[in-house]
Amino acid sequence: MNLNYTDDQIAFRDEVRAFLADNLPARLSEKVKSGEELTKQDHEEWHAILNARGWLAGNWPVEYGGTGWDAVQRHIFEDEMTKAAAPRIVPFGIAMLGPVLMKFGSEEQKAHYLPRILNGDDWWCQGYSEPGAGSDLASLRTTAVREGDYYIVNGQKTWTTLAQHADMIFCLVRTKKEGKPQEGISFLLIDMKSPGITVRPIELIDGSVEVNEVWFEDVRVPVGNLVGEENKGWTYAKYLLTHERTNIAGVGFASAGLEQLKRIARLELSAGKPLIENPLFAARIAQVQIDLMAMATTNLRVISAAAAGQAPGAESSMLKVKGTQVRQEINALTMQAVGPYAMPFPSEAVDGDNAPIGPDYARAPTGQYLNNRKLSIYGGSNEVQRAIIAKAILEL
Amino acid sequence: MNFDLTDERQMLQDGLRRFLRDKYTPDLLKQIADSETGTSSDVWDGLADMGVIGALFTEDQGGFGGAGFDVALVAEEMGRVGATDPLIDTGILGGGLIAALGTDDQKAMIEDIIAGTRQLALAHGEPGSRYDLSRVGTTVADGKLTGRKAVVVNGGAADTLIVSARTFGDVADQEGISLYLVAADAPGLTRRSYALTGGGHAAEITLDDTPGTLLGTEGQAFDALPTAHARATCAISAEAVGLMDAIRELTVDYLKTRKQFGQPIGKFQALQHRMADVLIEIEQARSAVINLAGHLEAEPAVRDVHVAATKTLIGQVARLVAEESIQMHGGIGMTEEYGLAHLAKRLVMVDHRFGDTLYHMDRFIALAVA
Ligand SMILES: Cc1cc2nc3c(=O)[nH]c(=O)nc-3n(C[C@H](O)[C@H](O)[C@H](O)COP(=O)(O)OP(=O)(O)OC[C@H]3O[C@@H](n4cnc5c(N)ncnc54)[C@H](O)[C@@H]3O)c2cc1C
Repeated sequence: MNLNYTDDQIAFRDEVRAFLADNLPARLSEKVKSGEELTKQDHEEWHAILNARGWLAGNWPVEYGGTGWDAVQRHIFEDEMTKAAAPRIVPFGIAMLGPVLMKFGSEEQKAHYLPRILNGDDWWCQGYSEPGAGSDLASLRTTAVREGDYYIVNGQKTWTTLAQHADMIFCLVRTKKEGKPQEGISFLLIDMKSPGITVRPIELIDGSVEVNEVWFEDVRVPVGNLVGEENKGWTYAKYLLTHERTNIAGVGFASAGLEQLKRIARLELSAGKPLIENPLFAARIAQVQIDLMAMATTNLRVISAAAAGQAPGAESSMLKVKGTQVRQEINALTMQAVGPYAMPFPSEAVDGDNAPIGPDYARAPTGQYLNNRKLSIYGGSNEVQRAIIAKAILEL
Repeated sequence: MNFDLTDERQMLQDGLRRFLRDKYTPDLLKQIADSETGTSSDVWDGLADMGVIGALFTEDQGGFGGAGFDVALVAEEMGRVGATDPLIDTGILGGGLIAALGTDDQKAMIEDIIAGTRQLALAHGEPGSRYDLSRVGTTVADGKLTGRKAVVVNGGAADTLIVSARTFGDVADQEGISLYLVAADAPGLTRRSYALTGGGHAAEITLDDTPGTLLGTEGQAFDALPTAHARATCAISAEAVGLMDAIRELTVDYLKTRKQFGQPIGKFQALQHRMADVLIEIEQARSAVINLAGHLEAEPAVRDVHVAATKTLIGQVARLVAEESIQMHGGIGMTEEYGLAHLAKRLVMVDHRFGDTLYHMDRFIALAVA
């Protein structure tokens, strides 16, 4: 048992750190720190910088233009990225679709789409959830009916993150109505500019617009856009989920959040003394810090098992639940630390004056608290994760 | 022992509930949210006509209620629909302080308040004062005030502001605080108004040699503030219980209708138990409000134990109810368009006025544990 990084890993960490110090535009890290929504251009700018260094696709093998990093290196990279307040890498193309195409896609699909993901030619979004199919994803009803060289797609997806920016959407669609619901699902790549697609933004509780409804009305999709075999989409989707769930604990985000919390608690005064010296509040910060320390090690245990070749399994469910609990608690404490200045709606003055209301640090926490309620809902809700743990680990 | 409402209060509750249910449509909420003031004058006039503002004042003061249970009853009904009308600011804080400290001339204003023709706000908190009631740095010289006031709820819509200033003493002393009535259009006064999370508006207020009229005894206004805050705490806590009830109803309905895996999600025991816990905690919150309402007129030492206990519990339960209800709704609970968002935000923000769980837990330890 050795809790420390090897010399090579430390050298790698220093290399990443130096790269970020030299190449991460301050404008972008400021936005990340203040909790401001990033524009499409912001994301593309950052992706291009990483891609130029060859570091955009941490989870891809070298032959496809990825880094070939092992799980520990990926962890180090993600950790340094969050510490530096770099924009997160938009996951849909790189983290989600890429691995599916590599494993199940045709040669044409790989040759066409993978470089375009790296170069930022295609912005992807994930079309799984539907109004009637959330936790019970297999009940999805968007249909694709084969007509000659095309599938005709009809139905509706929802909660589609950043679809407003997207060039392409990977969708789960129903191609067979008989039999088990899981056995009639296919994995289809659809051009968002196709006639018959309508995107409607959904405003979230914090006022942000990051998810959308996407409608399909007689959308024609070339059969060449089917990934793998017809009616095997569920298998590919499950494979994708194991990738979606890397970095699921969000240790880096939690650490950055804890720093922000402590910074605010040092600046805020309660009865004339820094809030952080209030024993009740200090105890709550301590609690979450203790949880985070243990969770970081659980995370590394799972990561090094993965680096040793074990597929991440039900352990990622454990990390998802604990990770979101820790992050949401940090969000709640941070909002509390801000005091009365947590009340201004994030964060617009009525007269259009953009100067912050109250101290600078008061601007983001309420929005972050509200927005991060999503953490325990998406990517498989925490209830669904607990059910997986009960079944797969406890065998109940 | 009797937990029933008196006949008068029952009538008030029935009438108010009907009125608010008719008025507070999703359209109205949206209209209010988009409006410049964050309020609806139509609703305000209706509340005045029904005697709802008057119910916050005693007969001596020109009203027809004013006891803790009146305040709690009105506020709870307002909470039930997520109403954002400034009853606390204009009625309880503004009107209450004038009733407690004002000269006969000044008290004439209460009639206008009850009639719904005058809006007030208490401009007391300052940047950095957090929830400390005695921390006042605004200065006064020859009846002219200079300083900054923070997150003054209803400060943008108010015609008259009650502004605290320090006549003598150190920044955190209770002694030496004075209150002034200041016209919103007084020279040297600037307001920057903004929307609040969960509805309503507040303003940052800057005073620069702004004239005011003394309210109460110079340098001796502090004692009136904990009393006004106790009443406001009773109101906002009761409002929170109303919000909790509304959220609970919405969530239970959703659990019964939303189907996944071929059955209503309310059939999953994991969610049933969570909802049962939510109910248990809401009933704790309701009892805490009854405790406070019943002791609102008690001597300050007794009253303040209940203020601290109730507000602590309300803050804790508010967070539980808001977070659990969003979680059990799934994605739909995250959307601004669905009714839960407004209610949940308003509920969460209750912990950011009149002292949060931390502040009141500290107070409770000092008053009842140590
Ligand atoms: C901000 C955000 C971004 C998202 N982005 C995307 C995206 O890009 N692409 C995409 O396809 N989807 C996306 N989603 C959708 C997300 O995956 C779903 O919200 C999630 O699967 C839950 O589904 P639901 O919202 O329909 O809730 P429901 O499934 O209706 O669940 C409601 C509640 O019931 C609980 N529940 C359900 N079944 C059970 C059970 N068997 N036992 C116990 N409890 C249960 C849930 O945990 C939840 O608490 C996003 C969601 C959000 C909020």
